[in-house]
Amino acid sequence: MARFWTRLMVVLTLILGVNYIGWRWAASLNWDAWWIAVPLVAAETYSLIDVLLFGMTVWRLKERTGAPPARPDATVDVFVTTYNEPLEMVMNTALAAARIRHPHSTWILDDGDRPELRRLAADHGLGYVTRGEDWANKPRHAKAGNLNNALMVTEGEFLLILDADQVPEPDILEKTLGYFNNRKVALVQTPQYFTNVPDDDPLGSQAPLFYGPIQQGKDGWNAAYFCGSNAVLRREALMELGLLGYVQETEKSIRRALAASKKAIRQARKAADADSPLVGDMLDEVEAAIGQADSQLAAGQSLSELTYEVQRKVDAAVRALVQADVRALQADLEEIAAMDLAAVGDTGVKVITDEAVQRLSAREWSPLGAMESVQAVLDALSVERAGEAQPLMPLATISVTEDMATAMRMHARGWQSVYHHEILAYGLAPEDIGTMMTQRLRWAQGTMQVLLRENPLTQRGLKWGQRLMYFSTMWSYLSGFAAIVYFAAPVIYLLLGILPVASLSTDFFIRFIPFMVVNQVLFAVAGHGIPTWRGQQYSLALFPTWIKACTTAARNVWFGRPLGFAVTPKDRQEGGPRWSLIRPQITVAVLLVVAAVVGSVRLATGLAEPVGTLVNVAWVVFDLLVLSVLYKAVRYRGHAPGEN
Amino acid sequence: MEFSHKASGSYTEVLASGRLNMVSAPNLRAYVGEVVASGSNRIVVNLAQTTFMDSSGLGALIGCLKAARQAGGDLRIAAVQPQVKMVLELTSMDRVLTSYSSAEEAFGNE
Repeated sequence: MARFWTRLMVVLTLILGVNYIGWRWAASLNWDAWWIAVPLVAAETYSLIDVLLFGMTVWRLKERTGAPPARPDATVDVFVTTYNEPLEMVMNTALAAARIRHPHSTWILDDGDRPELRRLAADHGLGYVTRGEDWANKPRHAKAGNLNNALMVTEGEFLLILDADQVPEPDILEKTLGYFNNRKVALVQTPQYFTNVPDDDPLGSQAPLFYGPIQQGKDGWNAAYFCGSNAVLRREALMELGLLGYVQETEKSIRRALAASKKAIRQARKAADADSPLVGDMLDEVEAAIGQADSQLAAGQSLSELTYEVQRKVDAAVRALVQADVRALQADLEEIAAMDLAAVGDTGVKVITDEAVQRLSAREWSPLGAMESVQAVLDALSVERAGEAQPLMPLATISVTEDMATAMRMHARGWQSVYHHEILAYGLAPEDIGTMMTQRLRWAQGTMQVLLRENPLTQRGLKWGQRLMYFSTMWSYLSGFAAIVYFAAPVIYLLLGILPVASLSTDFFIRFIPFMVVNQVLFAVAGHGIPTWRGQQYSLALFPTWIKACTTAARNVWFGRPLGFAVTPKDRQEGGPRWSLIRPQITVAVLLVVAAVVGSVRLATGLAEPVGTLVNVAWVVFDLLVLSVLYKAVRYRGHAPGEN
Repeated sequence: MEFSHKASGSYTEVLASGRLNMVSAPNLRAYVGEVVASGSNRIVVNLAQTTFMDSSGLGALIGCLKAARQAGGDLRIAAVQPQVKMVLELTSMDRVLTSYSSAEEAFGNE
């Protein structure tokens, strides 16, 4: 029955929403003020698409009744990931993980490489993993790298992943492993719930709508995704992604290298000594070897054979060059000796050994190193994935939030996922606004990186429902741009009297009000009365964070600039309220208040008309209510579990 | 790779900074050749800022030694960096080209 009402509300939202937005575009725009009229109607269209994607999500809301019994012999590794969290917190989680009932091995994945934690783990008989030497001077890939490293030294069929603060229930595996009896299931995600959050949740830490109707709805579309912690993954599926990624990356890198090789060799010819026939000969050899590799690739020869042959031929050419250098040097020495025997020493002319020639020809000291462009091409013509610490990277490394990208790739490969709606681990949320904003920024940046690098709408292997489910999450992170328009429009009207709609007539109200009402009813019905206001407030109030996430992610993906990425600190930050963190929002709030006052004065003096002023003052009040969440958030100093 | 030189009493110091490799080696030969041709036959190649040397670079150094000897002088090297030192030792060229800790010391005993 609940499903019927939800779907009815979705249909009504669709009809009334399209009716309103269609009319807005077709008949209501104030073209004299297009600079605010068009942004506003675009923002409203954005919001309609957002709510329709939400509607599509809950259309297939899936309420699971629990997993069948797990195979008793299923082997599991429990990973507790940590970077810099307090040791007490890590050990508390790790010891709770060790007490999980289903047989398993518990591992602490310490990216902070702390000897004390290693000792604590050993004292309690827990596994301890850190990055090995392979990772020196290689991209570390944050948490994804930490997990990928651990995947190579463990062997359980399934992996339970826990953040350092997520204390699991002893029955977490009993409740989730049974889903894997279905051979196609690769992921079971459970909610993230925080114990240190008061009922009014000033920082919006609990995400009841997400770990509820949204994930349940995505589950209905087989698109429930991995959220980094409190989830069980099938190793086989991860390894498949790792292998596939390895082959794809290697082939891509080889193709790119071959494509770049002509230019690189031309550059090298120009840069090198034009008169030296030796260098010219060597470049000829390299060019011939690369040319042959190119045709072999086109003919479908295996990557390992083709790269091996290139490297072998190039090595021979390099050795010939070194030998020629050495011969010339030897001849010089003999001439010197002939001039003045004593000066070259008592033992006669030094002879450079074959071993020395070999060493001088090796990669490290090769003369080819002088031609960086050529060396880069040759380095890329390999199957060793030399740029990475390990060839297999099962967890996606294209984003600072590895979880969503990994889940999307699993879905694209035909794996299934499960959202199990029962709290089985208890975590700690950030306790100050600065940490919270850093965390939200990181999530938003990660999501945007995935959108820009692997747009779900164009991923092969995904069904359209799945594509839209992933896209829906990404779309919601664009809300910062809409928020700016929603703050600006009433200010512009109240200060300047410029209305973005042609008129605030009955035509407007009979379309707008029913849409707004049904919109709110949809959230109430789909959410079963879950408090959603906090989430709505933050989706607008954190607009600078969302915009920054979009711009930094775009710069990162398109121009290779760093994100300015920070690990979310889990312990409390000290110091007084940090108002400076929300300076843009304070500015907006002041502007809104000023606008309301000016608007009222304009109304009283007859400069503005009553309906417009009333609507826009109401809008200002709504905007201020949205922003008011930050006042509480900045002053919030944390909360001890059980205070309520 | 960049070169410069300055006359210091009884010898001329050539400063070579960068990577002494296949591309830059011919330039070193040419540069030292000119210094020798201009009348200085006692050369110290200061390698304090030479971070890397390959077989071509080594060949160039020996070539420069020959040029200096042919002109009746000598070529010495100073302030050798670790990678260059390894190459010299590997090829036993450290027995031919003694490396001094500084340019001043290279002809200091004469």
